[in-house]
Amino acid sequence: MIFNGKQRIWSEYQKEIPDDHYFYVRSCIRQNFFPASEKTFLDIVQNRLGLDFFETEHHTTCGGIAYHSDSIPQETLMTIVARQFALMTDAGYKNYVASCITSFGIYTETLETWRHYPELETKVRESLWKATKREFNKPEYLAHASDVIYKLRDRIATASVNRLVNKKTGEPLKVVEHIGCHYSKMFPSKGVGGAEYPYVLTGMIEAWGGEIIDYPERRHCCGFGFRQYLVKANRGYSLSNTHKKFESMKPFKPDMIITNCPGCPYFLDRWQYVISEMEGKTYGENSQGIPVFTYEEVAGLVLGYDPWDLGLQIHQTGVEPLLDKMGIIYNKADKYKL
Amino acid sequence: MIDFGYSLTSSSRISLDNINQKKLKKITAVEPDFLKCMACGSCAASCSAGNFTKVNLRMVILLLNRGMEKEAIALIEGCMLCGKCTLVCPRGINTRNLIINILKIYKEV
Ligand code: SF4
Ligand code: SF4
Repeated sequence: MIFNGKQRIWSEYQKEIPDDHYFYVRSCIRQNFFPASEKTFLDIVQNRLGLDFFETEHHTTCGGIAYHSDSIPQETLMTIVARQFALMTDAGYKNYVASCITSFGIYTETLETWRHYPELETKVRESLWKATKREFNKPEYLAHASDVIYKLRDRIATASVNRLVNKKTGEPLKVVEHIGCHYSKMFPSKGVGGAEYPYVLTGMIEAWGGEIIDYPERRHCCGFGFRQYLVKANRGYSLSNTHKKFESMKPFKPDMIITNCPGCPYFLDRWQYVISEMEGKTYGENSQGIPVFTYEEVAGLVLGYDPWDLGLQIHQTGVEPLLDKMGIIYNKADKYKL
Repeated sequence: MIDFGYSLTSSSRISLDNINQKKLKKITAVEPDFLKCMACGSCAASCSAGNFTKVNLRMVILLLNRGMEKEAIALIEGCMLCGKCTLVCPRGINTRNLIINILKIYKEV
């Protein structure tokens, strides 16, 4: 890789990420796909690092899935978003942090739409008032939760119990990082490192001892693509996208994949099983898959959380090869504990 | 193997690193104008054989550049060497000579 060129681009796309005092909103699908990730995130920032992250049970979906699958129009979406901002305003916060990349993209798109078309903001304020009698301030700062972990990566590294290093050989683990498309492909200036060279996950991996793999299809979509997956007739298209990525990364022998989106870890994880059943092909060592993680799960492993408390048993592709490489001690029987 | 009700389409990505450049070099040595083609398609449009068969010189040049030799040869085998395409080619490529040499070089075992 042409390192100097990338460093220059990264330095052009830097975000000022506030240190503390966030209004945290969960993802609707991540709570089903990787339920322990958000719990781990909150535990790290609130209990381990003592920061102020507030969440409320009144928060709902951002409407992103319905919007991207053309089930609701943008004005409905913006009114749902306005209600979330009203919850933040009521709670007295100015920094808004979303757990989900789809939501992050939706919030960014909404704020940008209002910036260009203030009359739409006025209309949405009216709709929200009519429907709920709520008013709101726009967030002063919008972050994705991976921005926060990126900001805290060195503090996490200092407190680390495990590193992303092969314990037997002492070599850094080879890591594929996959950024959700809606993180910075739509609004490059809103992501750390921009659209071409997002640095948010790379920064974490480097701080925690791993080595990033730069493979040809690195910036290709995971294949979720909303309707590509949601409509069964299109599902082969979703699968073929993921297949293309795996074919491209395989020669580099990755030890693990880290992602920052709800859909990406799900599809990179589950489609490996489907490809193995359809084609008899696997991409990891010893006919196993390549373990796929969310960034919170990786932060949790680095900080020494029990793998089964991180919910790693929910993954379809077994995570044990990676745990063994990192030298993490775990109880095999506990994998199936409730 | 399980049938999930949808299928996998392999990527049509072409890796230029994996293409055998030997024959491409040979062809450009004997007919350097091979590199001048701008894929306008005039040859294919005017080809009399193309009316009834799949002969399509524009496509053949494209496929050879992509390393898809078998597919290219299948598209040019029906050429009658009438030379009509040479008359229409706006880049002045001696297409007839090019076709003869493509067939010679790529059909070598
Ligand atoms: S020489 Fe061959 S390719 Fe050219 S017009 Fe005649 S038949 Fe077609
Ligand atoms: S007419 Fe000439 S330039 Fe046009 S596609 Fe055919 S060979 Fe190429």
